[in-house]
Amino acid sequence: MFTDGYDVIVVGGGHAGAEAAAAAANMGSRTLLVTMNLQTIGQMSCNPAMGGIAKGQIVREIDALGGYSGIITDRSAIQFKMLNKSKGPAMWSPRAQNDRMRFAEEWRLALEGTPNCDFYQDMVKSLLVGNGRVIGVRTSLGLDIKAKAVVLTNGTFLNGLIHIGEKQLGGGRAGEKASTGITEQLVDFGFDSGRMKTGTPPRVDGRSLNYEVMIPQPGDERPEKFSYLQTPVLSNQRDCHMTHTTKLVHDLLREGFDRSPMFNGRIKSIGPRYCPSIEDKIHRFADKDSHQIFVEPEGWNTVEVYVNGFSTSLPEDVQYKALKSVKGFENVKFFRPGYAIEYDYFPPTQLKHTLETKLVENLYFAGQINGTTGYEEAASQGLMAGINAHLKINEEEPFILQRDEAYIGVLIDDLITKGTEEPYRMFTSRAEYRTLLRQDNADLRLTPKGYAIGLAKEERLKRMEEKQRKSDAFVNFFRETSVRPEEINPILADLDSSLVKQSDKMFKVFSRPKVTIDHMLQLETVSGFVEDNELGRDVLEQAEIQVKYSGYIEKEKNNADKLQRLEGIKIPENFDYSKLKSLSFEAREKLNAIQPVTIAQASRVSGVNPSDISVLLVYLGR
Amino acid sequence: MLSTEPIIALATPSGTGAIAVIRISGKGVIAVVAHFFRSVRGKRLSQQKSHTVHLGHIVDGARIVDEVLVSLFKGPHSYTGEDVVEISCHGSPYIQQQIIQLFLRNGCRSADAGEFTLRAFLNGKLDLSQAEAVADLIASDNEASHQIAMQQMRGGFSDEIKRLREELLNFASLIELELDFSEEDVVFADREQFKSLLTKIQNVLKRLIDSFSVGNVIKNGIPVAIVGEPNVGKSTLLNALLNEDRALVSEIAGTTRDTIEDEISIGGIGFRFIDTAGIRDTEDVVEGMGIRRTFEKIEKAQVVVYLIDATGFKENGASLKIEIEKIRNKYPQTHLVVVANKMDALSSEETNHLREQLPNALLLAAKKGTGVEDLQEKLLEFVNTGALRNNETIVTNARHYDALLKAVEEVEKVQSGLAEGVSGDLLAIDIRQALYHFGEITGEISSDDLLGNIFANFCIGK
Repeated sequence: MFTDGYDVIVVGGGHAGAEAAAAAANMGSRTLLVTMNLQTIGQMSCNPAMGGIAKGQIVREIDALGGYSGIITDRSAIQFKMLNKSKGPAMWSPRAQNDRMRFAEEWRLALEGTPNCDFYQDMVKSLLVGNGRVIGVRTSLGLDIKAKAVVLTNGTFLNGLIHIGEKQLGGGRAGEKASTGITEQLVDFGFDSGRMKTGTPPRVDGRSLNYEVMIPQPGDERPEKFSYLQTPVLSNQRDCHMTHTTKLVHDLLREGFDRSPMFNGRIKSIGPRYCPSIEDKIHRFADKDSHQIFVEPEGWNTVEVYVNGFSTSLPEDVQYKALKSVKGFENVKFFRPGYAIEYDYFPPTQLKHTLETKLVENLYFAGQINGTTGYEEAASQGLMAGINAHLKINEEEPFILQRDEAYIGVLIDDLITKGTEEPYRMFTSRAEYRTLLRQDNADLRLTPKGYAIGLAKEERLKRMEEKQRKSDAFVNFFRETSVRPEEINPILADLDSSLVKQSDKMFKVFSRPKVTIDHMLQLETVSGFVEDNELGRDVLEQAEIQVKYSGYIEKEKNNADKLQRLEGIKIPENFDYSKLKSLSFEAREKLNAIQPVTIAQASRVSGVNPSDISVLLVYLGR
Repeated sequence: MLSTEPIIALATPSGTGAIAVIRISGKGVIAVVAHFFRSVRGKRLSQQKSHTVHLGHIVDGARIVDEVLVSLFKGPHSYTGEDVVEISCHGSPYIQQQIIQLFLRNGCRSADAGEFTLRAFLNGKLDLSQAEAVADLIASDNEASHQIAMQQMRGGFSDEIKRLREELLNFASLIELELDFSEEDVVFADREQFKSLLTKIQNVLKRLIDSFSVGNVIKNGIPVAIVGEPNVGKSTLLNALLNEDRALVSEIAGTTRDTIEDEISIGGIGFRFIDTAGIRDTEDVVEGMGIRRTFEKIEKAQVVVYLIDATGFKENGASLKIEIEKIRNKYPQTHLVVVANKMDALSSEETNHLREQLPNALLLAAKKGTGVEDLQEKLLEFVNTGALRNNETIVTNARHYDALLKAVEEVEKVQSGLAEGVSGDLLAIDIRQALYHFGEITGEISSDDLLGNIFANFCIGK
C-alpha cells in the first residue's frame, strides 16, 4: 500500500502532530500523518481554550510563521479576551475559549485542504532505523512505511496510564487506547526516558448548573483574534462563569485522600506545580479556605461544561460529592469524572535545537514527548520539527529561532539546554527580553523568516509589510506633527495631566502615561491622518506601543545585543569537557551530555555556574 | 587545552636581596624538584607531606648550586590548586638564575604574566574579584591599601553584593509571579516593602560608591598640590616632607619650572605630593606654562597646600589673601590648608599679626623641620579613614565602581517607576539590569573582555 514511501511521517495528530504535518506538507514534503484515531485529530484533551499569558504570544508566533493554530482558533472561538491589558504591552496576552468539536473539525478540514498531506489510521509500533538514521515506521498491523524523516508527537499516549481513585486504566486519553512499543525501542537505542503526570477536571452537564449564583465572565467588548490573516472576528460570544470552593468542599475532598493515587503513592511521577489538582491545592495551601473555579462552555451548542480549577484524580464518588457542594453545582450531573494520567517522555536534553534527536538522525520529537505541557507549547514544537525535518532532508540550513526573536526560541533552547523535571509550561518570565517578544509584533518579527523558508505565503508577507509601513508612517507623523495647547489641553485636563504652555510635538504628549491612542484620535489632525491612510486597528496599536514604550523597547534591544556577543562565541563540536578539570564535576557532566553550541547556551545549562563559564572563556582563548 | 605543565618564576622582586623565592607549579613538580634536591637529613622529597619545609641543596649533577629551603604544597591545597613547590634560595641574581635555568632545562617553562593566579582562578581557588584583589595586594605599598586588598581577597566585598543581589532577586521573582499568574488569585508583591528594600539597596550602593573615592586615593595615594608664590619654599617643604633632595631648590624665584611628584606614606596612608610652579602673573613664557599646569594640578588634587612666605606677609598680605580666596572659590570641593613658612625668621609681633590675619594658617619652618609634623597631622584629618578603621567594605576597583554606579542608576529607575505606578513588566526590565550589574561584580555574569582585563594586570610570579 505504501510502496513509494514519504518524505516526512508524522506520528500523532494532536496540536504538535497537526502543525508538524501542515508545515512539512506546505513546504513541499510528501507527508503522511499516522494516528491511532483519525476522528480525534486536533483534539483539545484538556480545557477548551487557546492562548493565555505567554501562550497567546506563542500562538501569534505560530501564525506569523505560517502555522495553522491561530487560524483554527479564530474559526472555532466562542469567546475572546486580551488578558493583562492594564499592564505593559509585553504582558498583553490573547486568549480564546473554543468550541471543542469545531476546533477539531477545523483542524481536520485544514489538513485535508493541505496539498501533500496524506492520512493513515494505525498505531506506530516501532521505528525503522538503519545506520543510525530513521528510515520509516512499522505499524501495529505490521505495515512498514518508508520515510526520510519521522516526527514523533505521541502526547500522553506512550504507555499512558489513567488514574481515577484507586482504579487504573491503560489509555492515552479518556476512552482511548495507549500506545506501546516505541518507548521500549528507543530505550534500547540508548535514549533516556521518564514518566510525567498531568490531570484534567470533570466534565459536567451545563443544564444541571445554577448560573444565577455564579459570576459571569464575559469576553472583551471589542474582541480581537489570533491570526494576522483575514479570519472571522467574533460578533457573539459565550460567557464563562466563576464560582468558589468552600471549606466544606475541601473537607469532603480530604475524606478521599487515602484513596487518592496522588497521596497513596500510586502516582510517582511529577505533575506541573503551576497547574495543580484541587487535592494538591488543598494539601499544599491548607490555610486557604477557598479556590476559584471557572465554568467554561465546551462549545456554541453543546451543554457540556469544563470545570476549570477542579482537576482531580480522586475517586469519582468523592469528586461528585465535593463538586455538589460548590455553589451553583448543587444538582450537578457528571458527563465524566476528572482523572490523572501518567505517560512516558524523553528528557529533551537529548535533542538538538532543530528538535532532531542526537542519537538517531532525521528523527524529531515534539510536544508532550519532550516533557512540555500545553497546546501552544506542543503546536509550536510541532511546527519547528516539521519545518526542520523538511529542511534537513532537502539539505538546507536548519531553522532556529533565538531567545530574543521568539518565545518559541526560548522554549526550545530551555528544553534542550536545561531539560525539565516537571511538565514545562511557557511563562513570560522565562524570556530575557519579553518586551521584544510581544503578541502585537510576532508578524514583524517572524513573518519574513517564515516567508524566507517557504512556509509563510506571500499574502502574509504583504500584509505584514503594509502594517510595518503604515505604522512607521504613523509614528513618524507623531514625531513630526505639533499640537497646539488649545487643542490638546482639554484632553489633558480630563486626564488630570499637566497642561502644555506652548505647541509641542505630538510624540511627546502621546508618551505621557495616561494618554492613549483613543485620546489622540480626538484630535482632528490625527483622526484625519488615520482616515486618509486607512489605518486599521492593528496599525494604531502598533504605533501606540512604539511611541509609548520606545524607551523600554530600545533598552531591551541593547541588552539583547549584549547577549549576542556570548551567543557568537561558538564551542567546537564534540568538545570533551572531561579534560577541563577546573570545571566543577557537575558542570563537566552536564556540558558533556548537552554539548552546547555557544558560550551563551552553556551559561544556561543548569549546574553550570559563572566561574565555569569564565573557565570556558579563558580556555577558548577569550 | 588548560595547561598543567610545570611553570616557574621568581616570586620575589628581581635583584639582590637576602633571600629570593622561586615558585614552581604544575603537574609532577614535586618529582621534578626532588630530582635536583638533596635533603640534609636524607629525606625523599616525594614522600613528604603537604605544607612542610625541608632544608637541603639544589644540585646540578655533582655541582651544588645553593643551600635552600623547599616548601611543599600539594594540590588542591595550594595557591594555584596544583602541586606547588617554593624554593627559598640566597638572594643573588646569579643563584636565582642558575636555579631557574636548571628547571627550565628540565621540563619547566617560564610562567606568563599572571599565570599562577590564572591557574588559581581556573582551579576555583579564587573568584573574579578575589583574583583582582590579588593584583591590588601585590601592588599595595602602604598599610591602608594592603588592608583593603586583603579584605577583598577574603571575599568581603562580593559577599555584600551577593546578599543584596539575592534580596533583589527574591523580589524580582515576586514581581514575575504576579505577571505570569495575574489570572489566578495570587498575592501581589507588596510595593511598600519593595520600596524600602530599594532604599536599603540604594543606601548600601551609595556607601560603596562613596567609599571608592576613599578607596581609590588609598590605593593610588591622595593627591596633594603644593601651591604658592615663587620662592616661598615649596620645594624646601616638599624636601622636608620627603626627607630627600628630590625637587630642585634655588634662591632664584621661579626655579621650579615643572611639576614633580612623589609619594610618601603618612600614618599608613599614601600621599602623592605635587610640587607646582607658583601662580604669580608673569610675562615669562616658560613660567606662564608652569602656571597653567599649576591650575591643572590643583584641579586633580584632593588637598591644596597654599604656601606663603611669612617674612613677606607684611607687605603683600592683602594680595595673598585675595589669591587664597580665589583658589577657595574656584575649587570649593578641595581641601585647602594655608601654610606660612619661614616662621623662624619672624618677630613675635609679626607672628601675632599673621595669626590675626590668617587664623587658620599653619605656621612652620620647613628648612629646620619645625611644624612639619603638624602639617602631616592636618593632612591625615582630611582623609576619611573612619571606614577603614571600622573595617567597612571599601571599593577600590574601577570596574566595580563602574558597575555600582550603573546598578544604582537602575535601582533609581525602578524607584521612580514604582512612584509612577509603572506596570511590573516594565519595572522588571530595570530590575533585571540592576541584577546584571551586581553580577558583573560577583562574577555571576561572564563577559569575555572582563577576564582579559583582569589577568593583564598581573606581573610575573603571582
